[in-house]
Amino acid sequence: MAWQWFHRLGSPRWFYERTGVWLPWLALASLVLLTVGSVWGLGFAPQDAKQGNSYRIIYIHVPAAFLALAGYYIMAISGAIGLIWKMKLSFAVMRAAAPIGAVLTFVALFTGAIWGKPTWGTYWVWDARITSMLILLFLYIGVIALARAFSREQVADKACALLALVGTVNIPIIYKSVDWWFTLHQPATIKLTQSSSIDPSMFYPLLTMIVGFYCLYTWTLIAHTRTLVLQREWRTQWVQQELAEGNRGGD
Amino acid sequence: MHPARKQRLILVIVLVALSSAAVGFVTYAMRNNMDYFYAPSAFAAGEVPFEKRIRAGGCVVPGSVQRASDSLDVRFAITDGEAELEVVFDKILPDLFAEGEAAVITGRLLQSGTLRADQVLAKHDENYTPPEVAESMAAGASCANGAKT
Repeated sequence: MAWQWFHRLGSPRWFYERTGVWLPWLALASLVLLTVGSVWGLGFAPQDAKQGNSYRIIYIHVPAAFLALAGYYIMAISGAIGLIWKMKLSFAVMRAAAPIGAVLTFVALFTGAIWGKPTWGTYWVWDARITSMLILLFLYIGVIALARAFSREQVADKACALLALVGTVNIPIIYKSVDWWFTLHQPATIKLTQSSSIDPSMFYPLLTMIVGFYCLYTWTLIAHTRTLVLQREWRTQWVQQELAEGNRGGD
Repeated sequence: MHPARKQRLILVIVLVALSSAAVGFVTYAMRNNMDYFYAPSAFAAGEVPFEKRIRAGGCVVPGSVQRASDSLDVRFAITDGEAELEVVFDKILPDLFAEGEAAVITGRLLQSGTLRADQVLAKHDENYTPPEVAESMAAGASCANGAKT
């Protein structure tokens, strides 16, 4: 009985009906937070004493990198839940997380390259942080590609979950790479255990952007998962009903 | 928990643990190659081969930068707090290159013990401060006290 709530959570129909209400609020929250954060960070936060204005790309780079790493855990844990409890919804979340994570990883790498040129003097180096981040991008792309390599959905789900789980080892490596080895990339600015080495006037807009990216991520993940749920459950009665209502201009 | 689910849970944990251990051992075995550059003390200890393309990284010693008056030639020293390494370079330095800041240099170690650089990159630190705050703290040099980088 204790697991009942957990199994209800795994019902695609329950998920689809519940999350439809959340979507507009998540969209609104991310729009507000990202607008406030960008205007604050780009227009009102002070310049950096050494890097001048070029440091401002941190307001995209750091939130994107955060979510690229956190999103991998979401993908891998969803895959694990799918494997263990044979939960269809969980596999849909895993499949939805892969392209979103790939885009965020690409954004982190791309903004990092743009930032690297004026500060380091180069777009790219093969140091431990940047190389492990590139491996993360390949892992995401690998999950997407693997999903398409199988014609049977269930086999694809299992294979993707296994690849995602094996790849989790890369996340702590990315996170600790700047401490374990000599890298060109600087160590972490925002620390969990000590005070951050960024001035509060620059940190609060960054925090706004990070929370905004989390809202945007959640919104995108739920929206994409809903689409996958409809695709996977299209034979069921409730989806047929949902689509019929949608066609009549309802909802 | 259902026995079948419990078994699959254990399998998932074993899969993650084993793959992590495998990657961990490989990374540990390659730990010397994971570093992007050598520290100056590695040069002093003779660990760095001569006339091979290698990288060095450290803090630019304050007061060591000497620029030629008629060319781009520049000579400076980097340190990790234990040893110093002399570097010569003949191209344009990045904007953030400064005394007391970290730099990563690609080049060849000459028999004289000087590093002949063909690329110098500035390694900026993780601190972000507005100019006024930086002035009041007089925090110009970020790594002069022999920090790791």
